[in-house]
Amino acid sequence: MGLKILVLAKQVPDTRNVGQDAMKPDGTVNRAALPAIFNPEDLNALEQALRLKDTFPGTTVHIVTMGPPRAAEIIREAMFRGADGGYLVTDRAFAGADTLATSYTLSLAVKKLAPFDLILAGRQAIDGDTAQVGPQVADKVAVPQITYAEEIQSVKDGKIRVKRRLERGIEIVESPLPCVVTVHSSAAECRFRNSKLTMKNKHAKTLSELQETESSYVNLYKTSPWLTITEWSANDLNPDFNCLGLTGSPTKVKTIENVVLTAKESVQLTPSDSDMDNLMKELIANHTIG
Amino acid sequence: MNNVFVYIEIEDGAVADVSLELLTKGKKLANQLEKKLEAIAIGFNLQGLEKELFPYGVDVLHVADDKRLAPYTTLPHNKIVCEIFKREQPEIALFGASSVGRDLAPRICSTTGSGLTADCTSLEIGDHTDPKTKQEYKNLLYQIRPAFGGNIIATIINPDTRPQIATVREGVMKKEIFDANYKGEVKKFDISILNDADFVVKVIEREIEKSKVNLKASQVIVAGGYGVGSRENFKLLYELAEVLGGEVAGSRAAVDSGFVDHERQVGQTGVTVRPKLYIACGISGAVQHTAGMQESSIIISINNDPLAPINTIADYVISGDLNEVLPKMVKYYKQNTK
Ligand SMILES: Cc1cc2nc3c(=O)[nH]c(=O)nc-3n(C[C@H](O)[C@H](O)[C@H](O)COP(=O)(O)OP(=O)(O)OC[C@H]3O[C@@H](n4cnc5c(N)ncnc54)[C@H](O)[C@@H]3O)c2cc1C
Ligand SMILES: Cc1cc2nc3c(=O)[nH]c(=O)nc-3n(C[C@H](O)[C@H](O)[C@H](O)COP(=O)(O)OP(=O)(O)OC[C@H]3O[C@@H](n4cnc5c(N)ncnc54)[C@H](O)[C@@H]3O)c2cc1C
Repeated sequence: MGLKILVLAKQVPDTRNVGQDAMKPDGTVNRAALPAIFNPEDLNALEQALRLKDTFPGTTVHIVTMGPPRAAEIIREAMFRGADGGYLVTDRAFAGADTLATSYTLSLAVKKLAPFDLILAGRQAIDGDTAQVGPQVADKVAVPQITYAEEIQSVKDGKIRVKRRLERGIEIVESPLPCVVTVHSSAAECRFRNSKLTMKNKHAKTLSELQETESSYVNLYKTSPWLTITEWSANDLNPDFNCLGLTGSPTKVKTIENVVLTAKESVQLTPSDSDMDNLMKELIANHTIG
Repeated sequence: MNNVFVYIEIEDGAVADVSLELLTKGKKLANQLEKKLEAIAIGFNLQGLEKELFPYGVDVLHVADDKRLAPYTTLPHNKIVCEIFKREQPEIALFGASSVGRDLAPRICSTTGSGLTADCTSLEIGDHTDPKTKQEYKNLLYQIRPAFGGNIIATIINPDTRPQIATVREGVMKKEIFDANYKGEVKKFDISILNDADFVVKVIEREIEKSKVNLKASQVIVAGGYGVGSRENFKLLYELAEVLGGEVAGSRAAVDSGFVDHERQVGQTGVTVRPKLYIACGISGAVQHTAGMQESSIIISINNDPLAPINTIADYVISGDLNEVLPKMVKYYKQNTK
C-alpha cells in the first residue's frame, strides 16, 4: 500500500545565525547577509514522510512550496534526500501574503493534487514564527489536523497514529486520513543527502530555470521527466484574486522596529574577593536579596 | 455584541495561568473600549468555574460542558468557538500561545476569515490611517510581536476584519484580580450542534506532568547557559539559588545540551520572567534569550568574555569564570547575612 504524501516546505532566511556581519552597525538586521535555507522543522516533516516511504513501498513524497523562483532550491534539496519531486507555486500576486493568504494559496495547490493521503508541514517557520499555516491549510482543505507531532507511530486501516510533544508532556492521538500533520523540532532529524539521488536529480529544474539552461541539456529533460519541477502561477490555481497576497491578508504590518540592544550603564566587576564581598553587601542593602 | 473575548484553556480541570493573564489584559482593553469582557470555557465538569473567573471581571461566561470535550481536541472546540463568534461578533479575541491556543486559533481564523497575530508581547488600543487610501480607523488593536527570530518587533493591525485575534504566551501579561466580588452571567452553550464527524480525532494516551517549577513567581533567578558546561556543573547554580531563595533557569543552548530541563527555559520559546534579580551565568545574550528576561529589575552577568552581548543590558558585569564567581557569591552572601 503506497501513500501519496505532500510536504509543505518554505525557504526562509536563516534567522538563527544572526552573526557579527548579519547585524549592521546601527543594530539593524542585514537581511542580505542571511543565507536562505530549508525551514528547519520542514526538514523534520520531510524525514517523517521519507520514513513512511521506506515502510510502504509505492509511496510518493512531493514538496509544495510557495515562494520566489529561487525557492526551487529547497525542492531540489528534498529530492537529494529522497523526495520524488515538487511543485513551486510562484507569482508576484502572492507577494505580501500573511498566513491566511498563504494558506489559501497552498490549499488551492494541494486541492489540485488531490486525492492525497497525508499533508505534512513544519510546525513553524523561523522567519514569520507563527505556526499558523498548517492548521489553516487543514481548515481550508477540510481535513483534521494534528499539530506538534514528534513521531508518526503508525499508519493502518486508513488511520494515522501520532505522538505529539506538548509543553509539559506527550499525547498520542489518532486521526483518519487524509489529514494535516505539523512536525515539531523534537522529531527525528532529516537524513542527509543521498549521493545517488544527488547525482540523479542534480539537474532538476523548473521551466523558468530551464530557459536559462544551455541547449545541450535540453534532451535530458525529455528522457528524464522527473527532472522538471512543476511551476504554477496564480492563474494555474484559478484563485479568487482578492484572497491572494497583500490584498487577501487581513493582518497588516503597521510598523517594524529593529531590535537594538541599548547599553546600560553597568558596573564592571572582577571575580576578586573584595568585589564579590562588596556586590553582595550592596544587593543586601538595597533589598534585592536577603 | 462587539465585546472582548478570551478562550479559557483548561488542563485537568484547572484553568491555565495564561487564560487568567489574558482575562486581566482583556478586561483592560474592554474597559478602554467601553465593552464587556466575555470568556469561553469548553471542557467537562465545569460547574463552579465562574467562581474562579468572575473576579477577573468576566461579564459573560459561555460554558460548553460535555464528557467528549476533554481532553482538548481541535474540531469540536473549533466548531463551538466559531459558532459563538458568529452569534456574538467579538471585537477582539485572545488565545494563549500554548500548544492548545496555537492549534485552535489559526483554524478558527481560517473559518472566520479574520487576521491572527501570533505571540504578541504587547497589546494596545490605537488609531490608524491607511497610508494609501487615507481611510481612518479608530480604536484598533495594536498587536505587537517579535518576528524574524526576535530581531525585529512588528506592530500588526487588522483594520477590516473582526474579531481581531491574537495569541500571547504564558507569563507575558500579568495576572491580577479585577474585583473579588465581581459577578457576571453564565451562558450554557447548547452542544447539540456537534456530531460524530467532530470527534474523529481520538486521544489515545496522555502523559502531562504537573509543572513543578514556577519561574514566573520567583523573585530571584539564577540562569545558566552553554558556558556552564555540564549538568553536574549546574549544581553551582542550584547552590546559589538555594541560599538566595530563588529558582534555577537556563538558556535554550543549556536546555538543548541536556544541562537543565525544558520547563526552566527562559526566552522567546520558553518562559518570560521579570524577577527582582536575574543572574545570567555563561549566557551570551542572544535576542531570543533576552526577550524573556530583559525586564528583570537587576541583571548580573557572569561571563568570561567581556564583550558578551548580554553585558550591554546588565547592571553588573562580572568578567570572569563562573566556576570561580558562583562559590564566592554563596560565600559572601552567607558572610554578610550572618
Ligand atoms: C515581521 C513579520 C510578522 C508577521 N506576523 C504575522 C502574523 O502575526 N500573522 C500572520 O498571519 N502573518 C504574519 N506574517 C506573515 C507570515 O510570515 C507569512 O504569511 C508567511 O508566508 C507564513 O507564515 P509563517 O512564516 O509564520 O509560517 P508558519 O505558519 O510558522 O509555517 C508553518 C508551516 O507551514 C508551511 N509553510 C508556511 N509557509 C509556507 C510556504 N510559503 N510554502 C510552503 N509551505 C509553507 C511550512 O511547512 C511551515 O513549517 C508576518 C511576517 C513578518 C515578516
Ligand atoms: C526561533 C528561536 C527561538 C529561540 N528561543 C530561545 C529561548 O527561548 N531561550 C534561549 O535562551 N534561546 C533561544 N534561542 C537560542 C538563542 O538564539 C541562542 O542560541 C541561545 O540563547 C544561546 O545560549 P547560551 O547563551 O547559553 O549559549 P552561547 O551563545 O554558546 O553562550 C555561552 C556563553 O558562555 C560564556 N562562557 C563560557 N564558559 C564560561 C565560563 N567558564 N564562565 C563564564 N562564562 C562562560 C561564553 O563567553 C558565552 O558568552 C532561540 C533561537 C531561535 C532561532
